[in-house]
Amino acid sequence: MFKYLVQRTLLMLVTIFIITGMCFILIRMLPPAAVSPDDPHAEVIELRREAMGYNKPLLVQFGIFLKDVLTKWDWGLSDKLYVGRDVFQLLYQKMPATVLVNLYSIIFSIPIGIILGIIAALKKNTWIDHTISTLTMVVISVPSFVYAFVIQYVLSYKLGWFPFLMKAGTDYFSWEMFHSMLPAVMALSFGVIAGFTRTTRAELTEVLTSEFMLLARTKGLTKAQATVRHAFRNCMVVVLPSIFGNFIGVMSGSLIIEKIFSIPGVGQLYINSINAPDYPMFIMNTFFYTVIGLAASIIVDISYGFIDPRIRMGSKK
Amino acid sequence: MDNNVYEHIPAEQFEFQQLNANIHDQKLQTKSRGYFADAMIRFKKNKSSVVAAWIILFLVVFSIISPLVSGYHIYDEKEDKKVIHTDTVYTKHPPFIPWIAEKNLGIFDGAVTHESQSEAQVLAWKAIGMETGYNPFLREVGKTVQKEKYRGKWRDVTYYTIENNKYYERGMLYRTVSFAEFQRIQDFQNETGIQVIYPYVHADDIEGIKDNPNIWYKVKDAKGTPYTDSDGNLVPAYSTNQKLMTYRDKDDNTVEIKYDSLRIESDPGNYVYGHVKSGSITVRICYYNYYQYVNGFEPSYIFGTNSMGQCLFTAIGVGARFSLIFAIVVSAINLCIGAVYGAIQGYYGGWIDLLLDRISDILSGVPFIVVATLFQLHLAEKVGVVPSFIFAFILTGWLGMAALTRKQFYRFKGQEFVLAARTLGASDWRLMFKHVFPNSLGTIVTSCALVIPGVISSETNLTYLGIINLQELFGTSIGVLMSQGQTAMTSAPHAMLFPALFISLLLISFNLFGNGLRDAFNPSTRGVED
Repeated sequence: MFKYLVQRTLLMLVTIFIITGMCFILIRMLPPAAVSPDDPHAEVIELRREAMGYNKPLLVQFGIFLKDVLTKWDWGLSDKLYVGRDVFQLLYQKMPATVLVNLYSIIFSIPIGIILGIIAALKKNTWIDHTISTLTMVVISVPSFVYAFVIQYVLSYKLGWFPFLMKAGTDYFSWEMFHSMLPAVMALSFGVIAGFTRTTRAELTEVLTSEFMLLARTKGLTKAQATVRHAFRNCMVVVLPSIFGNFIGVMSGSLIIEKIFSIPGVGQLYINSINAPDYPMFIMNTFFYTVIGLAASIIVDISYGFIDPRIRMGSKK
Repeated sequence: MDNNVYEHIPAEQFEFQQLNANIHDQKLQTKSRGYFADAMIRFKKNKSSVVAAWIILFLVVFSIISPLVSGYHIYDEKEDKKVIHTDTVYTKHPPFIPWIAEKNLGIFDGAVTHESQSEAQVLAWKAIGMETGYNPFLREVGKTVQKEKYRGKWRDVTYYTIENNKYYERGMLYRTVSFAEFQRIQDFQNETGIQVIYPYVHADDIEGIKDNPNIWYKVKDAKGTPYTDSDGNLVPAYSTNQKLMTYRDKDDNTVEIKYDSLRIESDPGNYVYGHVKSGSITVRICYYNYYQYVNGFEPSYIFGTNSMGQCLFTAIGVGARFSLIFAIVVSAINLCIGAVYGAIQGYYGGWIDLLLDRISDILSGVPFIVVATLFQLHLAEKVGVVPSFIFAFILTGWLGMAALTRKQFYRFKGQEFVLAARTLGASDWRLMFKHVFPNSLGTIVTSCALVIPGVISSETNLTYLGIINLQELFGTSIGVLMSQGQTAMTSAPHAMLFPALFISLLLISFNLFGNGLRDAFNPSTRGVED
């Protein structure tokens, strides 16, 4: 297990290195964003770029970049969006909004999703199951900005229950802030709920028909006991890892939802960095997304082994 | 039952059943059924998938037909150049079809709701109808009576919530046209009998109001409160100053611009129909009729218009065409690459598998949004927006297909029929694509049906975010339409609603259809995952 963990982590580092390198070189191949001559910072930006190694061979530039990152944790300064500010600091500042919105959303939706999945599985092939399954399918198919639109139009505009956009400011734990986050939280939750409902239902229906359930009933357990102690625990083997994956995923957020509800988060930063264009910011964001994605997949894989000792990840034949 | 014992049966009692007959296999009475026919039958049993298939077909037909029948384009050809079609007046207008609106059914009548309108305001709306014959006032939805203090006394003031036809509501506009254009409009009027130019109203006659061309009556104050005579009728304030129609040419002669076309009914003959200003003439036009002059037909927008004044019905069709063709092209290319890659991986196994697996591992680590952006930044200028967009989808899109094919190859490559073919001397390539691949085709094709909605969905997301800009193509996409609709969500919800409905319906049907196919081709997973 430990060996597997080390192996995976090392492999992840290699992958991150290659991806960052590729993106870095591709970005540096582009002409740098033009600086208007009447920009008061023009000279500083030019000097900074010189120091970052523009006009040198690409691999040398990458070397300089790596050296800065590894020795000083210096990811560069923002070029266009927030001129002269450290991109890592900026990303760090944008994190709370994204994390909070996503965290609220998964805290609400994971229990709901699992409960709906359980209900659907227990009432398999009844109208309850059909309704839940159909709704799940619909929600998974429809792109998230469609429900964001419905929520914004119906709840915020027609009924006036919530503000249109998220409140500005950094008082992340105040009631007004929470209230203004709710539409975004709801829009994010639909997809998560549907995902968990589907996985739970699929797993649980399979477990419920397996032989050890029959054995449990034969031993004299009631249906409730058998379901909770045997079926449910086995079904969690699949569900729990995806919960962990989701918790890692809260940091990357959703580009679309952040744009619609103007959440000052990581996703918005990313879109702005493309439109500006602000390449140091873009590289920082790319790195961030890559790390989050890979870390989530590792956590999911490893947690299988922790939850169910029968599963030996990475074991040979 | 008797247990008879037959002992001495005479030999002649025996006879041969088939002494002289040739025995053949009986011909099969039932029709033989192949793998695909069998899947088809299973698919047909799944009602929801069949319905979904029909809906997809309908939406495809819609996307082909709607731009042809609507009579609108999303771009115009101007001097051999394509220009995005825009209409600066009829923007964000709700659905409207004249012949249905006439029936007063409450649908397709271009209705917009106005809240808390005072009586004077309602009268002003109705006044537009009195002049043009197109009454914007549709119906009164509700009214509230409020007590308000007016010059020291309390009095009841009624406020109405009304629905107006937004197309008629525009009423009049001031347009400055050349003398030639002025003449052309008059010719149009004479030919069709549709009056475009209405008598000019000079600002001096209506308390100096310059920004409201819809006022043709005497007003009480600069806010435009209508003045009514003792019978409660409006009093026209049309300009009778004939000098407005004249200008001085370079020899200092006074030249008069002629207006000898339709005149409004109550015109005593001295109303002025324009105001000459430095070489051109400002006229008061009825936009609804002016629209007919420009386009040759009445405005008729089944889904209304978006914020650029494009017909949504057409735009959704054009956008859907793009999305569908794009998704099919991308899925087909991904299928080919993924199949070959997965086949090589699965068939050869060993270190080749390991090496190729690392490559796909690294590719799968790159966030898709980053790939799309980088391709856009690098390739869009060289090869065009759409090819670079396709490349972005292909770069990581085939990974899933490859993994699937690899799994199928591992499943089949050890089986006897492959061994037999190998013994007979079949080449690797032949084994892979003649023997193993056809067996895994069902699974692969089915997953392709589930890939298409995925591609459509992420394409819509990216165009919605504006990371991909399709304007250069003079196309549009559902995502672009949605982001345009989102900016005006409160004033024109229909601009968001129709694209959203379309894309939702398309994706739901594709997923249902794909699930149905998967279950049909692979009965063992039936009911497990849906």
